[in-house]
Amino acid sequence: MANHAITVTVNGVKERVDVPSNMTLLEMLRQRLALTGAKNGCGAGECGACTVLLDGEPVNACMVLAAEVDGAAVVTVEGLAQDGQLSAVQQAFVEEGGVQCGFCTPGMLISAHALLQRNPRPTEDEIREALVGNLCRCTGYTRIVRAVQKAAQGGVE
Amino acid sequence: MSEQTTNPVGKSVPRVDAYDKVTGAAAFTDDLQFGPGLLFGRAVRSPYPHALIKRLDVGPALELRGVKAVVTGADTPGFIGLYLKDRHIFCTDRVRYVGDPVAGVVAASEEIAEEAARRVVVEYEELPAVLDPLQAIQPDAPLLHPDLGSYDVVPFIFPQPGTNISNVFRVRKGDVEGAWAQCDAVVADTYRVPHIQHVPIEPHVAIARWDLSGEVTLWSSTQSPFAQRDLIAHTLGISQGDMRVIGNYIGGGFGSKAGVSMEALAVAMARQVPGRPVKVRMTREEEFYCCFVRQGLVARVKIGGTKEGRILALQVEYYWDAGAYTEYGVNITRAAGYSSTGPYNIPNVKTDSYCLYTNHPVGGPMRGFGMPEIHWSIEQSVDQLAEALAIDPVAFRQRNCVQGGDVIVTGMTMHPHGLSECIERVAQRIDWGKKEVPSAPHKRRGKGVAACWKAPAMPPNPGSEAWVRFNEDATVSVGVGGQELGQGAFTVAAQVAAEALGIPYEWVRIANPVDTKYSPYEWQTVASRITWSMGNAVKAAAEDARRQILEIVARYWDQDPGDLDIRGGEVVSSKSEQSLSLRNLVVYGLPLPDDQGWIGGPIIGRGKFMPTYVTGLDPETGQGARAVVHYTTGAQAAEVEVDLETGRVELLCIAAAYDVGKAINPEQVHAQLEGGVVQGASSALLEALTFQDGRPVNASFVDYRIMTAVDAPQRILTDFVEVPQDDGPWGARGVGEHPMIATAPAIANAIYDALGIRFNDLPLTAEKIYLALQGA
Ligand code: FES
Ligand code: FES
Repeated sequence: MANHAITVTVNGVKERVDVPSNMTLLEMLRQRLALTGAKNGCGAGECGACTVLLDGEPVNACMVLAAEVDGAAVVTVEGLAQDGQLSAVQQAFVEEGGVQCGFCTPGMLISAHALLQRNPRPTEDEIREALVGNLCRCTGYTRIVRAVQKAAQGGVE
Repeated sequence: MSEQTTNPVGKSVPRVDAYDKVTGAAAFTDDLQFGPGLLFGRAVRSPYPHALIKRLDVGPALELRGVKAVVTGADTPGFIGLYLKDRHIFCTDRVRYVGDPVAGVVAASEEIAEEAARRVVVEYEELPAVLDPLQAIQPDAPLLHPDLGSYDVVPFIFPQPGTNISNVFRVRKGDVEGAWAQCDAVVADTYRVPHIQHVPIEPHVAIARWDLSGEVTLWSSTQSPFAQRDLIAHTLGISQGDMRVIGNYIGGGFGSKAGVSMEALAVAMARQVPGRPVKVRMTREEEFYCCFVRQGLVARVKIGGTKEGRILALQVEYYWDAGAYTEYGVNITRAAGYSSTGPYNIPNVKTDSYCLYTNHPVGGPMRGFGMPEIHWSIEQSVDQLAEALAIDPVAFRQRNCVQGGDVIVTGMTMHPHGLSECIERVAQRIDWGKKEVPSAPHKRRGKGVAACWKAPAMPPNPGSEAWVRFNEDATVSVGVGGQELGQGAFTVAAQVAAEALGIPYEWVRIANPVDTKYSPYEWQTVASRITWSMGNAVKAAAEDARRQILEIVARYWDQDPGDLDIRGGEVVSSKSEQSLSLRNLVVYGLPLPDDQGWIGGPIIGRGKFMPTYVTGLDPETGQGARAVVHYTTGAQAAEVEVDLETGRVELLCIAAAYDVGKAINPEQVHAQLEGGVVQGASSALLEALTFQDGRPVNASFVDYRIMTAVDAPQRILTDFVEVPQDDGPWGARGVGEHPMIATAPAIANAIYDALGIRFNDLPLTAEKIYLALQGA
């Protein structure tokens, strides 16, 4: 299998990685860079547990080939907190109880973060719409939605 | 440690695991790094629902570069199972469901393992399959387990050798036949519940390593590290002392990760490659039908009552579609039997609950453990009877619901509880009795209510153990064996320990991950038993540590320990008004005066809890002094709007109220209720695992839909009452499973109210409702 030497900025850090052509971005993050925050819930683009920001847009990392992200910037859940300070949306998830098992949480946070970037004052329906690709089996979504509302009110950096 | 929450029991402190979970730091099993030595295992699975294995050739797989080993049923001849040992780790001579593992390959990468699994040659001779429980119980049905009579089984499960019945539970109470004549109305109906799957967002994963020394380590996403240790060690001939199970955070379980399902595969594979860790990870497709699914059910119900509004008699037959192996599921049949009346006081009861082998996936524990399934029929039947008697369904439930002091279906005396209050509250929350105007002319609105009960279903004697150990700065490590699967077990344990010790909540650390080598014992994290049982053990351990501290300080001050207390992390004397920080003394002890030596030393408290009072039940009548430890009761109400043009049901509002005894963490109780309501609503409207000739046809997220943020009801009104449990910590009892139970029947009753159509079979898809509307 052909290998590609790529350069990618992950959570602000420039990384040079050798990746086989069939390796996904999710595999690269989890196996090569030991960034295990993004989860594998289906490997088929259907659950959102692997959501990361690719050049600012939320994507399912299991559906993106690592070789394609050469030159791009990726943000994972590990990159949301700055200088040991939780982001507004992370803080709101803690305070509002948006976390139960926590397996959907990294993807939820990334999707919520992306929503607030493009729409700082979303309605409840807009929040639910933005999270439709992120399945959660534990919370019933109520507290997740409330956390995003709270983060929106607090403003997101 | 800026925040200092003293006396945290009853307060909604934030979860102990929240910070790690929002930063990506929380380690789940698949996140653990094993380095370049890691190998990957994959199961070779049966494509037939029922067949004999005629020939198995692993040669072509072994020839592939990168393949390290292949394991088959010949390597794992023993039986495994929780209540009934009816399955092999890998099939030996026969496969019983599509997905049954016949071999496992171990290879250097997941891709090679996948390719190697395809190369294993298996020749089968197909057998007639049993795909329906009513077929399974026929005397001439093909037998799935001809050796049923020789399987090891616990004493309270009753397999019927020579049939497909792996357990039967009967209730014979009062005189049902005689009672029908006294009834003013009798209704009878048949209800069906399909197989569904738990759908944790984290698929099952296990990594096993078999060391040359003989120690076997299993890292698994499991609700049951200790049960896995015991069962796998037993079957593979390992000493429990050499079998170590490490359970990290779990990405959702709902019962699917209880007992042993796929984990033994990894251990058996790892035995072939000593010293090398082997990882087995379920694909999402495997997750849908190769671990556990919820059992299917056909329920026949006949219920009668008087015009005064008393339910007089109930006759039920439960035919459980329990799947290919019922090692765990046999006890669902039993639980369904001993709770078969639902939360009602009915003097005459006849119940027959049959656990039936079918060539479907393995039916196992799922949130509610039989209760959502049986309440689907009970709670609609109760509504039907109320209607036949022209009594309001809420008033009818209030008149018949079980009260503290009543002698219930099994002969046990019911403890005090708050079901009546729960029914009243949910009825109020949705303005019961008030007709609402639909939002459009082609829509209809309706309201429905359902009550429920559930007891922890388990052996009579499941134990919990805990320890608390102080650090120099008086922070505390709390050892538990119960698992954190999202329900908040670790947070509750920390609250309980802090409260019982008299220290702030923020000083407590949970010693995780649970590791059977170091952690205290816990039977399993199931049955909504952890807050109650493990909570008791943690409380006992904290009290033990507290007692040790007070004795030391009493001696140091020359006072009576009874005059001392620990408050806010300091020992205080009510007598002398002295106080002393716990710092250092909890590790180094205290010096005696005049340099005369030291007293005390490192403080470690230990505690345990095990119920000792559950009795056996008569196998013919189901009667006995105490069938279960307790019941958690509650009620739900739903308001729906149905679109007559599409059949689509909108859940306008769901109200839920449960008697939790004592809410150790009120917000977490609300969170559990919300999550359970939505999982229940999802099962009500969307979910069924469907089969064609025994083959699952919708094993993906695209074809098997669960509720998203858009589908989920937006108005979920949760509530609890607190009638204390006599042996719960501060009166607490569990509520994790319960909100799943009453959701579907409450919705069905609301749809009936809206349309006048009764739906007996789950799920209530738009298509099903649309077709019924066309027929109506
Ligand atoms: S793992 Fe990528 S969408 Fe499910
Ligand atoms: S918190 Fe468990 S899946 Fe969302």
